[in-house]
Amino acid sequence: MHLKNLKLLQFKNYAKAEFQFSPEINCLVGKNGSGKTNILDAIHYLCLTKSAINGADSLAVQHGFDFFTLMGDFEREGKSLEVRCVVESGKKKQLLQNGKAIDKMSEHVGLLPIVLIAPDDTRLISEGSEDRRRFFDSMLCQLDRQYMDQLVRYQHFLKQRNALIKLFADKGKWQEELMEPYNRELIQGSKVLAAKRQAFVDEYSPLLVDYYSFISDAQEPVSISYETQCLEEDFDTAFRAAASKDFVLKRSTMGIHKDDFVFQIGGYPIKKFGSQGQQKSFVIGLKLAQFQVFHAHLQVKPLLLLDDIFDKLDDGRISQLMKLVADHAFGQLFITDARPERSKEILKGINAECVFFELRS
Amino acid sequence: MNFPSKLIEEAVNEISRLPGIGKKTALRLALHLLKQKETVTEELSSALLALRKDIRYCTTCHNVADSGDTCSICLSVRRDKQIICVVEDIPDVLAIENTGQYQGLYHVLGGVISPIQGIGPDELKIESLIQRCAGSGVQEVILALPATMEGDTTSFFISRKLKELNIKVSSIARGIPIGGELEYTDEVTLGRSILTRVNYSSE
Repeated sequence: MHLKNLKLLQFKNYAKAEFQFSPEINCLVGKNGSGKTNILDAIHYLCLTKSAINGADSLAVQHGFDFFTLMGDFEREGKSLEVRCVVESGKKKQLLQNGKAIDKMSEHVGLLPIVLIAPDDTRLISEGSEDRRRFFDSMLCQLDRQYMDQLVRYQHFLKQRNALIKLFADKGKWQEELMEPYNRELIQGSKVLAAKRQAFVDEYSPLLVDYYSFISDAQEPVSISYETQCLEEDFDTAFRAAASKDFVLKRSTMGIHKDDFVFQIGGYPIKKFGSQGQQKSFVIGLKLAQFQVFHAHLQVKPLLLLDDIFDKLDDGRISQLMKLVADHAFGQLFITDARPERSKEILKGINAECVFFELRS
Repeated sequence: MNFPSKLIEEAVNEISRLPGIGKKTALRLALHLLKQKETVTEELSSALLALRKDIRYCTTCHNVADSGDTCSICLSVRRDKQIICVVEDIPDVLAIENTGQYQGLYHVLGGVISPIQGIGPDELKIESLIQRCAGSGVQEVILALPATMEGDTTSFFISRKLKELNIKVSSIARGIPIGGELEYTDEVTLGRSILTRVNYSSE
């Protein structure tokens, strides 16, 4: 699978631009602020219908305009697919496949897999459990439609239950029978989703271990453990028993929205005990394992976007990563770098078509 | 939109508050009324006033009633008083009546439970349904609520409430529309119709 070309209209700093990409390596070079990452974000939009950087669509429109359009021709399993994304302020976001509008964005997600390695990925380690849940949920949603439907349903009922708890708190009275429909849904949803998360981590974790030791050339053992209460035998009772706590705290305190994925190194949390270098290797391992899982499940190699990583990684890690590139482990690759000479130097010895794009603001 | 007169503007503003009517349609309606005889507008406004002032709601099923405290369906001697069909709102009564398949009574809840919108059982006519069922000779309650998450939650809550009364509680079937093709039916509906399939061998 690869992206043949990309057209941007009023997207971020691009009033109008067009790029023809190589199916192998594409290197976007230019000074800071020239719009390298914005191109990666445009590709992210076409694949996942949203920005990788910030949530609001309106922020991606060029200043002074009220809409943007992105157009890209993909080739997927020998067939061409034209994807167009139109965002106009005050209107519903539109996504068209070969000129045909897609009603539900969720139908598009998962069709064009993509993996982005970006400088702020270490957030996955440093920030709270919400970022990690989002990372794993986003992968699961792209691989498993039922997971996505269940998750949407779960989140809806969670919102309703929290609203109900607030109503109860205002009245100062807890009505168990009214809570029961929501308890039932959340308990059942938690069990299904937690089982799927567990199965996914079991499959994903060995890949991470492999890639970590490859990238870092180090022997310390790393692991991911999925922490949840939802798979315990007495989860039903525990969920209902937490009612009084829920009442005091005015929110639901049990369920998969409380899960965490704990990243460990040598048996200790990497957040507290990992060096900066170990953390960087770990997040690259996470992303490469993501690439591998997508490839295995979807039978296509995802697009790989490497945002500014030459700046953040030391030579040893870069050369390991480039070994993978030279082995053709990846499909189409997009790399951004502020220093063209460095990229040229790094990519010189690689036997693959490599196209450079010089961007000026 | 700019209006030549303050009077037209006020009328347009009021008319466009109705559902499904925008400013342009409202203006067309207002200008249309101006072209007609004055009596047309008088009749319209008096009909609307009477509708609002004289309308009664049935104290039993909370459907609309023309006069008195009981609606025509509850008063009818031909209806089966042992079955109650629970619906979300008044248009649903009309929809089920039009099927010609139902001869029992109704109960209009006036909404479904949705805590996000601040609607709990107290805002709906659920307590009066329980009392009705506890009262006299009701054999079956059919839940005909929307096939949404809120509709399902409400159905579940009501069925729990009715449990101790020992009444048969059923829900209308969800599945393939008549004349519908399987390949065009969405997965959730199709999946549900497989789960709640009909057993032919027992018939």
